[in-house]
Amino acid sequence: MEVVLQTIRVGNVDDFEDPGKLIVSVDDEEYGIFCLGGEFFAWKNECPHQGGPVCQGRFFRQVVEVIAEDKTSHGRDYEQDGDARARTNIVCPWHGMEFDIRTGQFPGNAAMALQGATVQVQGGEVFVVV
Amino acid sequence: MDANIKPGAAAPVQDLNTFTDTRDYLAKSSRHAKKHGYADWLIVDCDAHHTETVHWAEVVEHISDPVIRDQARMYQSERIGAPPYGLNGDLGLRYQDVGGRIPHQSSMREPVEDKSVHRDVTLSRRAMEGLAVDYMVVFPTPMLFIGMHPQVEMEIQLCNAYNRWLTQKVMPGDDRIKSLVVLPFNSPREAMNTVDEFKDVPGVIGFTVTSTRYKPVHSNEYMPLYAKIQETGKPIAFHAGYHWQDPSLATVNSFLGMHSLGFTWCNIVHMTNWILNGIPERFPGLNSLWIESGLAWIPFVMQRLDDQYLMRQSEAPLLKKMPSDYMRESCFYSCQPMEKSSDVGLKATLEMIKAETQLLFASDWPHFDFDSPRVIYDIPHLSEQQKKKILGLNAAKLFGLPQTPRAKRAA
Repeated sequence: MEVVLQTIRVGNVDDFEDPGKLIVSVDDEEYGIFCLGGEFFAWKNECPHQGGPVCQGRFFRQVVEVIAEDKTSHGRDYEQDGDARARTNIVCPWHGMEFDIRTGQFPGNAAMALQGATVQVQGGEVFVVV
Repeated sequence: MDANIKPGAAAPVQDLNTFTDTRDYLAKSSRHAKKHGYADWLIVDCDAHHTETVHWAEVVEHISDPVIRDQARMYQSERIGAPPYGLNGDLGLRYQDVGGRIPHQSSMREPVEDKSVHRDVTLSRRAMEGLAVDYMVVFPTPMLFIGMHPQVEMEIQLCNAYNRWLTQKVMPGDDRIKSLVVLPFNSPREAMNTVDEFKDVPGVIGFTVTSTRYKPVHSNEYMPLYAKIQETGKPIAFHAGYHWQDPSLATVNSFLGMHSLGFTWCNIVHMTNWILNGIPERFPGLNSLWIESGLAWIPFVMQRLDDQYLMRQSEAPLLKKMPSDYMRESCFYSCQPMEKSSDVGLKATLEMIKAETQLLFASDWPHFDFDSPRVIYDIPHLSEQQKKKILGLNAAKLFGLPQTPRAKRAA
């Protein structure tokens, strides 16, 4: 079956906060368009866990456990605090499953990920191809 | 603009938070049900919740003891920064929302304009619409710890006050809301009085033991209670809960670990005593319903008890068949939170528990590990008729509800 892609104009780059997002409806589907560190990413608004509205959730930084050289634990922290490439996750508001906004992957198992869409930025405008 | 480029439409709801309308929160669930055609099936949610402590000042008005009632009134009207009057619990160890990641668990502050019914009626109606549910059995939340109350008298007062408030102030607002009223189980005599008081109240379809407690369910003092419940023809439910003060969980340092084990452990213990002491043999007309422990624990207990029973039958002489036979014939189970990570494991579990007749759908809405009806509908190896039974028909049979769907009315 031939899949016909369509290009959707989402808005202006300046419309987005950073980090920020916009949920758009396309036919019967919804997509979350995310701005993070000046880059744009798009994910289908459907959580692989139970079909929840993942893109309508909140942002949280990736939590890590601090392990010393002697393998002792020193509690939790946020990943590379202050590093612009530290992971920021979108968290499904139904059950809390987290996904790296840049890769769409669940941090606890990379095989579980959001379904992506292509984002194009041209002339200060943001488009998503779905 | 390029003719091939379409303008995007911003979704009407961008963020789901503690102020979001329940119907918007559950929009994906209702859309899935309509898209796949099961929105028109009979769906019974045998375990949903409200937060009774939000309305605690109303609840305490139904305390029968006049002194305790007056003290509760004064406490609720004058004391600030304190938990609800008289209620035991775990104070601030309530990490269910994972630090704000799951807003609906934190609170439901959505606007409700309709003042003709209690606010909780509207919230339940919206949840029923979102989940495509016909009937919703509503349970309390903090009171799931009531079995650990150090004052037996206060358990009696608070359980009955809650039951009266629910049946008099909430349930009359919509006959789709049902209750398995909460028994003050630490006092068998008073639990019998509760059965008498509520057995004929409209909408009361059974009786609940909150499982987090240390009373042995096989104690002789409970036999008159079971006989009385059996006479009503309604089931007895064991609603699980966690209990981080349980010494067996003292080393578990995460809510994840404690909740995973705690919500099964109480029912594992009660089920073991229920079966090995022959309660199903003594009360063959008494159906038991085991709520909110998920499903994976059941095959575990079945296999463990069967294994040991073959070697030590003299310690369970009332049994005439394998422990697992009783567990799949006289016991019913709610599905939530249904363990779904292994298709093989789930398939074996559903077969072992005879899910086609013994399993009931439960959402646990609005708690963090809620399930929508989709979790049953999406199971690939179940037939459509099996799904219909699990989602509604089994519950209708157990609770004596109509077998035909209700109109899914708007809130």
